[in-house]
Parts: sequence; C-alpha cells; structure tokens
Amino acid sequence: MVLGKGASSSLSMKMADGAEDMVNNNNFTVLVVDDDPLIRKLHDMHLKNFGLRAQVVENGKKAVDLCHVGANFNLILMDREMPVMNGAEATKELRAMGVNSLIVGVTSCGSPNEKQAFMEAGLDYCFEKPLTPDKITFLLQELNKNN
Amino acid sequence: MDVVQLQRQLVDYRTSLYHEGFLDEQFTQLQELQDENNPHFVVEVVSLFFEDSERHLNELTTALEQQSVDFRRVDAHVHQLKGSSSSIGAQRVQQVCIAFRNYCEEQNVEGCLECLQQVKHEYSLVKTKLESMFQLEQQILTAGGSIPM
Repeated sequence: MVLGKGASSSLSMKMADGAEDMVNNNNFTVLVVDDDPLIRKLHDMHLKNFGLRAQVVENGKKAVDLCHVGANFNLILMDREMPVMNGAEATKELRAMGVNSLIVGVTSCGSPNEKQAFMEAGLDYCFEKPLTPDKITFLLQELNKNN
Repeated sequence: MDVVQLQRQLVDYRTSLYHEGFLDEQFTQLQELQDENNPHFVVEVVSLFFEDSERHLNELTTALEQQSVDFRRVDAHVHQLKGSSSSIGAQRVQQVCIAFRNYCEEQNVEGCLECLQQVKHEYSLVKTKLESMFQLEQQILTAGGSIPM
C-alpha cells in the first residue's frame, strides 16, 4: 500500500490519491495535530481503518500554517498540550481565520477547568485520549450530518 | 515445543499480563488495529513507546537532579509519558504517572523522586513482559503457526 508512511510524515499539500475507501465510502479529510509521534501513528492507523485519510503535524502552529495556505479539512483532531503553539491557541486562530471544520480536542488531561477552557477556544467536542473506534464512529456520524 | 503448546503458552501469558494489571483494554485495541496490511503495527507502536519512554525517563532524571527543580519541565515529561503509556495500555506505568503529576503540582521533590523510581521500575517490568510476549509470538510464527487472538 503506497499511501501509508508518506501521507503521515510529510506536510505535502497534495492529498494522496488512491486510498481505497473502505466500507464507509468516506471522502472526509482529517488533520491530526499532536506532538507525540506515538499518538500520531496510533490515530493515523485508527483513521485508516475507517478508510479516512489523515495528515499529521506535530504542533498547533503547523496546523495553522497548513490551513493558512489553503488546506481544507473536514475534521481536525487537536491535542491540547504541544510546544510552539498549543491546542487552545491553535483552535482560536483557526476559528479566527474562518475555519469551520469539525475541531475535536483530544487530550490526556482531566481537569474540568482545562477542558472547559479548551472547549471555549472553539472546539466542537473534547475527548480523552486516545481515540477509539466508537469515538471515530460518532465523529463520522457528525460529519455525515453536516455534509 | 510444538505449535499448539506455544500458542497456549502465549494465550496464558497474555492473560496473566492483563490480570496483573500490566496491560489494559487499550492494548487489545492496538492488536485489533493490526491486520495483513500492517502486520507489524503492534511491534512498531510498542517500539516507539520504548524509545519515547526511555527519553522521558532520562530527562526526568536530569531534571530532578537539578539544584532548583523546574517542575514545569518535569510535569511536561510526565504528562507525555502518561499519554503514551495510556495509549498503548501500559496501565501500571500510567497509574504511577498520575501520582507523579500530583507531586509535581505540589512541588514535592521527595515525592517526585519516589515516583521516578517507581515509574522506572514499572516501565522496565512492562518492557520485559512485552519483549517476552513478542518473542513467544515470533517462535510461533517461525514454527509455522499463527498468533491466536
């Protein structure tokens, strides 16, 4: 399978063709924003299993830059704590730029205050790490509703 | 040892790891993500976990040796370790990280040092167990068998 590593590790603007969409016939594009390579790999794999193509970047600033140059994503999975620019700041900037993708916080922190502050930055939902198949199913349903 | 015996040994070993709290449901999810297109996924992710963890443990050791401890730095590493251990299902490591973060918040050096020892211990245990498990799996494959789910 050609798609595999290339899409995950590069910031290339081209959405790779040829990923055979699986059962769900999804044409949704996803951006995974997380500073932990383990999480990026894991989430990428989870999404692949649903036939979703994911690009991955390692901090909020890279996510903002990508969107700034015109990349469009249906779903953005945003980690909260990252170097350079964290999830909350990145989310605020993206919303200020007019990005109306589904932005979902994925965090390993529990404090209700922190989650609240993150939600207020402009998230649609906030989940605890890591992503699981049911959470993805739920998000797909949301995406299908909105499109 | 024949394949059937090896397979049984593997299943028993895996079960014990869950029972003893070394692994949790997240690890099962990891295994379910592996398929013919990505036959080495679990080993790859676990290897990443080992690399990550060792790096964090080294940083933590250095950070806690300083005259004046930078708790934000310590917390940042524990946070990452907690995240990655919970993602692969290394439950006992994750649990120590939770206590560790509390000590960070309290800026309690003694408590942090204790947790660091504990987390190193739990990490090395789970690493050994996972490596043994992978070895068993390899033996089965070499003997021509398949890995039981």
